[in-house]
Amino acid sequence: MTRTIPIGPYHPLLEEPELFRLKVEGETVVDIEATLGYNHRGIEKLAEGKTYDQCLFLVERVCGICSTSHPIAFCNAVERIAGVKLPERAAYIRVVIAELERLHSHLLWLGLAGHYVGYHTLWMWAWRYREPLLDLFESITGNRQSYAMMRIGGVRRDISEESAAGLRKALDELEPKLHMLLGAAADDPVLGARLRGVGKLSQEDARKYCVVGPLARSTGLDMDTRRDSPYAAYGVLDFKVITHTDGDIFATTAVRVLEMLESVKLIRQALDRMPVGPIAVDVPEVSRGEGIGLDEAPRGECFHYVRSNGTNMPERVKIRAPSYVNVPSFKARMAGAQIADAAIILASVDPCYSCTERMAVVNAGGGPALDGNALIKLSQQKTAALVRELGAPDASPRWRFLK
Amino acid sequence: MADSKALTVEKLMAALDGKYLAVNQQSPSRVSIDVGRRDAREAVLRLLALPGARLITVTGVDTPPGIELLYHVTFQGTGLVCTVQTLLPKPQPSIESLATELPAAEWIEREVHELLGVEFRGHPDLRHLVLADDWPDAVHPLRKALGSAQAREGAA
Repeated sequence: MTRTIPIGPYHPLLEEPELFRLKVEGETVVDIEATLGYNHRGIEKLAEGKTYDQCLFLVERVCGICSTSHPIAFCNAVERIAGVKLPERAAYIRVVIAELERLHSHLLWLGLAGHYVGYHTLWMWAWRYREPLLDLFESITGNRQSYAMMRIGGVRRDISEESAAGLRKALDELEPKLHMLLGAAADDPVLGARLRGVGKLSQEDARKYCVVGPLARSTGLDMDTRRDSPYAAYGVLDFKVITHTDGDIFATTAVRVLEMLESVKLIRQALDRMPVGPIAVDVPEVSRGEGIGLDEAPRGECFHYVRSNGTNMPERVKIRAPSYVNVPSFKARMAGAQIADAAIILASVDPCYSCTERMAVVNAGGGPALDGNALIKLSQQKTAALVRELGAPDASPRWRFLK
Repeated sequence: MADSKALTVEKLMAALDGKYLAVNQQSPSRVSIDVGRRDAREAVLRLLALPGARLITVTGVDTPPGIELLYHVTFQGTGLVCTVQTLLPKPQPSIESLATELPAAEWIEREVHELLGVEFRGHPDLRHLVLADDWPDAVHPLRKALGSAQAREGAA
């Protein structure tokens, strides 16, 4: 008998509502359908009636988590049309902000992943390490989120010597914690049992769904906009593009954690090489033309197309965020999965979409039998059973070390 | 991807086998190719058959003569973005669907269909994607004739 489990669309904690309908037979998921549009704000239409400067504030609000990726992609597109040469210091500042964002975004994700599999130690510690990063954002930009750092032709605020010193200190503290998280996650038998081989995406399916970012890289597709289509100062900085071949949740986790270490490297290099000088050039007008701006957001390639008619407002702005291509790949990843793994598979792409708390299992005859909390509980119970079988993770020396 | 690194505009042209109207290279990494509307789907599929090719998305633009469709294709490891551009005349812009060949085109074709009123022939499921289920069929918010206040209300 096939049952349908709706997940979503609203969740009070996460910023994007979305509805997933899981079709299940017994304990096995046979299909998934996603419905979006609950929060369609018409940003592309609004952009046609705003000046370029106003547009930056608008596109920053596409996403609250990767809130600097969209302004950077938009700047890349407009600066291409206007033929702007970015001041060197501004290019390095963009790298610092973008990589800090990747760090806080990946830590947020890691914490949520821990929560969904019932590993509260991981959840709490990942978020504890994320907090100082948000404080840094506040000291540099004035805001913990939605930093408003980008402007066409440069950045709005400089990074002072004092902020730079604080940043270095925070990175020195964060780096060993990342190594610990990595080692702890890699060696833990329970996490291995929950994440390895779960929600597998084949490279062939990754190509078919045109997925991007950590999800694509976890299937062995070696792509990263920062390296392939360098913007800001990425062309002169040294970093590795992390790939994995398994395509399962463990692989996406490993890619994200290793990427954080690369981000630390990138920020240090940018701070070291940043010359003294202007942080922006004036861009008096944007000529008629069109431009494509790319950016490697924490979740993957972010795409902006801008067409200018020579006025101070764009003729057309097209935005494609990474989740738009990553989410449909659930169809390939969910088939054959256990219901208890559904929460973590949904979470593995992007916490924005794992709106699992409003979910209900509906019998074919109608009437809810199970709600969203129950689904997370199912996932956590599975971990608890594994812990009983394999030994308590919190008692292992690595996790004790974390405390 | 060794082969895709060696991709040049000449190779893209060769893959299209003469099925294009004009080529415009804005920079080493940005190329746009004008294609007749009957050849557009075939041209995009030929580019997507090249090594490392990936469809980024499709942009629709409302212009006075018709709806312009821009298929953005990139090639892994190159940073090259090739845009296949075609014009669909009003009042009934229509083109063959890519979604039958590529699942990645399903959502964006649904979106262009509802926001700009382009019909994608052969698309398996043209229900609303981002607009509400009860949004009026004849109102397309990204058409220029519709002001942003009207677009909010869904009024024609």
